[in-house]
Amino acid sequence: MSAARLSPGGGGSVLESASMVHVAERGVLDATHRVILYLEGITVSFDGFRALNQLTLYVEKGELRCVIGPNGAGKTTMMDVITGKTRPESGTAFFGQTMDLTRMSEAEIAHAGIGRKFQKPTVFERHTVFENLELALKADRRVRASLFARLRDDARDRIAEMLRFIRLAEEADRPAGLLSHGQKQWLEIGMLLVQEPQLLLLDEPVAGMSDDETERTAELIASLAGKHSVVVVEHDMEFIARLGGKVTVLDEGAVLAEGTLQAVQDDPRVVEVYLGR
Amino acid sequence: MELAIRRQLVPRLIGAVPRAGWVALAALGLVAFVILPALHLLAPAGSRLHVSAYVITVGGKIMCYAIVAVALDLIWGYGGILSLGHGLFFALGGYAFGMYLMRSIGREGVYQADLPDFMVFLDWKSLPWYWRGTDHAPWAFLLVVAVPALLALVFGLFAFRSRIRGVYFSIITQALTFAAMLFFFRNETGFGGNNGFTDFKRIMGFSVTAPSTRVVLFVLTAAMLAATLVATRYLVRSKFGRILTAIRDSESRVMFLGYDPLPYKLFAWTVSAVLCAVAGALYVPQVGIINPSEMSPGNSIEIAIWVAVGGRGTLVGAVVGAALVNLAKSWFTAAFPEYWLFFLGLLFILVTRFMPEGVVGLGRRLLGGRPA
Repeated sequence: MSAARLSPGGGGSVLESASMVHVAERGVLDATHRVILYLEGITVSFDGFRALNQLTLYVEKGELRCVIGPNGAGKTTMMDVITGKTRPESGTAFFGQTMDLTRMSEAEIAHAGIGRKFQKPTVFERHTVFENLELALKADRRVRASLFARLRDDARDRIAEMLRFIRLAEEADRPAGLLSHGQKQWLEIGMLLVQEPQLLLLDEPVAGMSDDETERTAELIASLAGKHSVVVVEHDMEFIARLGGKVTVLDEGAVLAEGTLQAVQDDPRVVEVYLGR
Repeated sequence: MELAIRRQLVPRLIGAVPRAGWVALAALGLVAFVILPALHLLAPAGSRLHVSAYVITVGGKIMCYAIVAVALDLIWGYGGILSLGHGLFFALGGYAFGMYLMRSIGREGVYQADLPDFMVFLDWKSLPWYWRGTDHAPWAFLLVVAVPALLALVFGLFAFRSRIRGVYFSIITQALTFAAMLFFFRNETGFGGNNGFTDFKRIMGFSVTAPSTRVVLFVLTAAMLAATLVATRYLVRSKFGRILTAIRDSESRVMFLGYDPLPYKLFAWTVSAVLCAVAGALYVPQVGIINPSEMSPGNSIEIAIWVAVGGRGTLVGAVVGAALVNLAKSWFTAAFPEYWLFFLGLLFILVTRFMPEGVVGLGRRLLGGRPA
C-alpha cells in the first residue's frame, strides 16, 4: 500500500519507502515521515460537478494549517473525504504512513485519531455538558465496555480539566442544548480534544461568534498546535491572521496557492479568485 | 477484573433504580406476590374480598403487555428505533412455549393421539423435525429465547448495517410481522394454521386451569416485569444508555467520536426482542391460546400506542400506558365494540398532539419536575 505512493518528504523514493518496513499495525498512527495527512490526486464529483479536482495536500505533524477559499471551493468536501463520509472517485488519502482513509469507516477513522468539528455545532443537546465530554473521552468504544463502564477518578479529572479549559465548568450539569452558540462550539472542540486526536479538523470554528469569543477561540486553537495537527477551514481573514500558520487556498476543488497568509494574499491569482467574482 | 465487575453488579443494579422506584416495586411486589394471590386462593368465592380468576388472568395479561411495552420503549424511547413489528417477537415466544404446551396435552386431545390434534387432522404421521424436543420444558425455554433472538440479530444486522432508519425501518418491521403471520396461517407450516395452539391441559405437570397454577403464572409474570424494569433501567442509566440516546439524537456525531453504532443498536434491539418473547411465553398459558392474529400489523401498532400514551423514554410510562390502554380496551370493546379502533386512533392523535411526553410526562410537568 505505502509503496504505491511517492514519499512526500521530498527525499524518499518509491523504492525507499517500500523497503522501509512499516509494520502496518491496524489503527496505529505511523507518522515517522513527519507528515501526518497525505491527500494525493483526490477527485470527487457530485452529478458531474467536480467538488474536488485532483486535490493534493500534505499536513505535517503538529502543524496548524488554515484552508481558505470561496464558496464551493471544496473545503467541506475535503473534510468529508478525510473523515470517511465521502469516498473519492480517484486519488489516495493516507493518515500517517499506513492508514488508508478511503478504506476505513467513519468510526474507524475517528478511532484512529482524526477528530472533526462540524460547521454547525453538533453536540448531544439532551445530554449534559459533562456527559458530552464523558462520551467523547478516549476509552474503549465497545458495547461490552460501555455496559459496565464506570468513570475513574483520572477520567473525572480529565473532564474537569477540559471543562475549565473550554470555560464551561459552571455549565457541567446543564443540558448542552441550553448553551449559547459559542459555548456549543467550545464544547464541541472540547469533545474533540478529550478524544486525544492526532489530527483535528475544524470547519468554521468561529462562525456566529462574537468578537470576544472569536479572540478566545483563536487563543485556544493556537495553543493546540504542536501537540496536535490542526486543519482549520475559515472565511474570517482576521481570525486566520491571528492563528498564524501556513495557508492553503482552494479554488474549484484544487489547491490554488499555499504559503504564509501574506504571500497568498499578495498572489494575483488569489486576488483574482476573491475579487474577480 | 471480571470478578470485580460481577461483585459490583448487584449494588449497581440497586443503585440504578431511584428510591421511589424501589418503593413502587416493593408495593407492586406486595400486591402481586401476596395480596392478590391470597385473596384469590384463600377468600371464599362468595366473599366481597374474593379476587376472581378473571382478574388474575387480565392482570397477568396486562403485565405481559407491559413487559412488551417496556421492551419497545428501550429501543424507541431511548434508541429512536420505532419497531412496528414487535408483536412478532411476542408471538414467536408464545408459539415456542405453545409447542411445549401442545406436547404436554399428550393423549388427552380430541383424537387421543400422540400427535397434536391439528397434525392428526392434517393426516400427518410423525412430528416435523422442528417439533423435536419440544416436549421437554428446558428445550422449550431455550427456543423461547433463541429463536426470536436469532431472528432479531439477523434482521437487525441487515437493517442497521444498511443504515435503514426512521419510517423506512418501521415499514420493514410491519412487513416482517405481516409475512410471518401469513407463514403461520398456512396449515402445512406445522403451527396449527389460523387456529394456532389451544386447548392446553398441563404445564410442568400441573393443570393450566387450576387456581394455584394461575397464581404461580401471575406471580412469575409480575417478577419478570419487575426484573425487566430494573434491567432496562440499569441499561439506560449506564454509559451504554447514554451512547444509545446519543445515537438517537445524532448518529453521525457518535460515529465521528469513534463509536460504531451498529453493535449498540443491535444489542438493544435483540434484548428488546428477547424480552418480548419471554412475555409471549408467559402470556400463552395464561390466556390459553396463541394464533397468527398476534402477528397482525395492527397488534404491533397498538404496542407503540401504549408507549406513546404512557410516555416515551421513561420505562415506567410504558407500563402505565399498557395498563391504561388495555383497561380502556376491555371496557370499550364490551360497551362499544365497533368503535374501539376509532377511539384508539383518536387517542393516538390526541396524545401526540397534546401530550408528547405521555401520561408520565404530563404528571412530571404537573409536579414541576424536570423532564428526563
